[in-house]
Amino acid sequence: MRIGVITFPGSLDDRDAQRAVRLAGETPVALWHGDHDLQGVDAVILPGGFSYGDYLRAGAIASHAPIMSEVIDAAGRGVPVLGICNGFQMLAEARLVPGAHTRNAHQQFIRRDQKLRVESASTAWTNAFETGDEIIIPMKNADGRFVADAETLARIEGNGQVAFRYLDVNPNGSLNDIAGVSNERGNVVGLMPHPEHATEPGFGPDTADAMSSGTDGLRFFASVVATLVS
Amino acid sequence: MPTIVVEVMPKAELLDPQGKAVAGALTRLGKQEFADVRIGKRFEVKVDGAVDDAMLAEIRELAVDMFSNSVIEDVVSVSVMAPIPSTGSGND
Repeated sequence: MRIGVITFPGSLDDRDAQRAVRLAGETPVALWHGDHDLQGVDAVILPGGFSYGDYLRAGAIASHAPIMSEVIDAAGRGVPVLGICNGFQMLAEARLVPGAHTRNAHQQFIRRDQKLRVESASTAWTNAFETGDEIIIPMKNADGRFVADAETLARIEGNGQVAFRYLDVNPNGSLNDIAGVSNERGNVVGLMPHPEHATEPGFGPDTADAMSSGTDGLRFFASVVATLVS
Repeated sequence: MPTIVVEVMPKAELLDPQGKAVAGALTRLGKQEFADVRIGKRFEVKVDGAVDDAMLAEIRELAVDMFSNSVIEDVVSVSVMAPIPSTGSGND
C-alpha cells in the first residue's frame, strides 16, 4: 500500500508518520501542501505539528492549502484519511470531521502517555481494534480541547462517530472526554494523540510492562491495510 | 487606503480561558465591578482601491469561511474604518 503523508510549513511529525508507515510494512509517499497532486496514494495522513505557526486558529490556514482540495475530494470518494493532532485540527477546520478545537482548558501545553478507550472499531483506521480496547498513545498539544454544540455531540455519540475517548484523565477539557472522531462514513478519522509515536518497541510510550515499550499505534496502520485489501 | 474591520468573538457558551484569566486579574486588583471579560479578535484588512458593496460581501464571506470558525466563534461585525479626519480645516 502507498500511504501519503502531507508536509505543511510547520509540520513536525511528517517523517515520524512516514517511518510508522514503513514499520507497518507499507510504503510512505511524501506529499507537499503546495501541490494539487496526491500521487495516486491509497490513503492519506495529515501529520502533527504547528502548520503555518497555528496562526489564526490551529490547522485553519492549512485547511485552505492547495492540496486540501484534493484531500477533500478523496475523502468524499471514500479514501481513508487520518488526521493526527494538528492534522485532526485541519480536518475539523475543513469540516471533514465534526467539532472544533480550542486552547486546553488549563491553558498549558501538555505532553503525556495517554490511556484511551477505542469507542468505534468500525472505521478505516480502527478496525484492527475491538471496541472497548484500552490503549496507550502519547499526546502533546496546546489546542486539544474538542468542542461541539450539544446537538452535534448528541448526533456523533448516536452515530458511533466517537472513535476514541480519554481514560482515567481528561487532559485538556475535551467535551465528553472525546479524543478522536470520524466522519459518518468512517473513512476519515482524526485524533489528538499520536499513534505514529507508538510503533516501535524502545521508542514508544511507557506501559505497565516496560518503559517505552508501547506499540498500540501499529494497529492504526494494520487497520487501514485491512480496509484497503477488503 | 481604506480599511475593512472584522471582529470575531468566541461563542458565549464556550469557555474563554483568556478572558477568564484577565477577569481573575481584575478581581485580584479589587475591581469587582467588572463582572466578566471575553477576548476576541479584530482583523484590519487594507483595501487597494475603493470599498463597494461587492467587496464588503466578499469580506463577509471570508470572515465566515476563514477568519472565524462557526463551531466556536461568531463574526460580530464587519465595517469600514472611518477615515481619520484631516487637520487644518479651520473649523475649530
